[in-house]
Amino acid sequence: MAKQKMQTMGVSHAIQRQIDRVSYLFLLPMAVFFVCFVLAPMVIGIFTSFFNYRMGVFDFNFGKNYLQLFTDKVFWRSMRNTIVIVIVSVPLVTIFSLWVASALNEKSMGTTSFFRGVFYLPVVMGTVPVVVVWKWIFNSYYGILNYILKALNLMPQNMRFDWLGEKSTAIWCILTILFTTSIGQPIVLYIAALGNVDKSITEAAEVDGASKLRTFWQVKWPSIMPTTLYIVVITTINSFQCFALIQLLTSGGPSYSTSTVMYYLYEQAFTYYNYGYANAMGVILAIVIAAFSALQFKSMKTE
Amino acid sequence: MNQIEKNQVKAKCYNYFTLIVLIIIALLFLFPFYWIITGSFKTQPNKIPPEWFPKTWTMMHWQKLFKQPAWTWFFNSVFMSIMSMILVLGASSMAGYVLAKKAFTGRKIIFSILVMAMALPKQVILVPLVRMMNALSLYNTLWAVILGTVGWPFGTFLMKQFSEGIPTELLEAAKIDGSGEVKTFTQIVCPMLKPAFGALAIFTFINTWNDYFLQLVMLTSRNNLSISLGIATLQAELSTDYGLIMAGATLGAVPIVTIFIMFQKYFTNGIALGAVKG
Repeated sequence: MAKQKMQTMGVSHAIQRQIDRVSYLFLLPMAVFFVCFVLAPMVIGIFTSFFNYRMGVFDFNFGKNYLQLFTDKVFWRSMRNTIVIVIVSVPLVTIFSLWVASALNEKSMGTTSFFRGVFYLPVVMGTVPVVVVWKWIFNSYYGILNYILKALNLMPQNMRFDWLGEKSTAIWCILTILFTTSIGQPIVLYIAALGNVDKSITEAAEVDGASKLRTFWQVKWPSIMPTTLYIVVITTINSFQCFALIQLLTSGGPSYSTSTVMYYLYEQAFTYYNYGYANAMGVILAIVIAAFSALQFKSMKTE
Repeated sequence: MNQIEKNQVKAKCYNYFTLIVLIIIALLFLFPFYWIITGSFKTQPNKIPPEWFPKTWTMMHWQKLFKQPAWTWFFNSVFMSIMSMILVLGASSMAGYVLAKKAFTGRKIIFSILVMAMALPKQVILVPLVRMMNALSLYNTLWAVILGTVGWPFGTFLMKQFSEGIPTELLEAAKIDGSGEVKTFTQIVCPMLKPAFGALAIFTFINTWNDYFLQLVMLTSRNNLSISLGIATLQAELSTDYGLIMAGATLGAVPIVTIFIMFQKYFTNGIALGAVKG
């Protein structure tokens, strides 16, 4: 017995080497891309966040960038806006997409794929074309929003309200557009997850006289929990990185009232060329995102 | 009426109610798409009260658009999306296959590194990536965008999930028949991964086309812009020329939406699979 085992191990040793060689050759292209264009920039980013790193300057400054961040009012302002965006958009996106998916769950295949396509449309079209339309909707002179409010007599006829230019409304405009460009993927995921729930159990519950709502909470909800967790985590990550809408619509203004961490990072890096400072901000943002995701994992896994 | 009948009536009312609400919301989601297309043909797209449908059709805005390098921007986007797609499909199908089917040394470690990288917020590494592309003299070239796209391991995941469905016996039989590793991969594995290739191809194409942030930080000179960047530039320069901007937005949105509609099945299956199993 022992001898036989020894033999197979000896043989498999040579085979193992062969397998390793082949596998690593197959992995090589992906590994090169990953190491060069994901891992290396990440390491460089963390490393240079400890440097006074600008155009032509590169001095180690002992974490001064991080200290500076803590006293930077604009950074805190941007962080606050970012967290507001996350806190408002994540529950709204999750609840709304779950509602749409469960409403579509009982419709025919054709209806489902039509609505799924429609709700995915803003994602597929791309941010820039979507923003072109919204910018016009919110425009103070030609905008349709002011026009409709005036037509309904909800606004004085001579008023020209600048939705994107007022501190009190700008961030809500951003949130509205973010909502339309965020729900596509969650709806697709929820439709797939609800389609996988065992039909015989839900039917049995309904035959027993359980209401739709009760069937939903007690049968469907637990089995789509992993999908919910995934949706909450990806929506959180995406909301934290909200950038394109800000850059295209408000440039963070008026007076940084719509600036997000990602936008401020961009401004520091590509307008003021403070690379080290921007990288420190990136590291903090990554840590905050990781902390949020971990928290969500923990709280939802135990339920 | 007993309880079950009551429930059925309630359910029916609720169904009609949801359908109506869904249709109203769907119209709001369709509106931007409708508006840029019709707006690009209106003589005065920013008129108040709005013209809901073009009264007289005009090609004026389109002619103006093509005085700009709009076709160059368009084909830049096409080139970047196709190259990213090819590189991602090639690299991730090979990697995903061995991660699923070969028990090589270090498989677990490599796989967990990739899992951790998936959770990494993509935009956080953009600044160092730009500096790197600058050092490689690739800054302000289309390749900077392409290479910035291909390193992300999502495709490898998707391919690993799909590869796990390939029967191991089939691979062993091929080996006994004397088929080499490359031949097994190209002639047995790849044909079985067809749905995965479809999903990943369309997914990568759309994502690269719409990756505004990466394009914004990598591309600067006017002839190297993508279509998204081109429209954004026009909007910044000529913010009141709504017709021109709408025509640009149409050129950016209609082709990608057409591709999406054609391959919607692959696309939705792909996302669902990547998420549910990954």
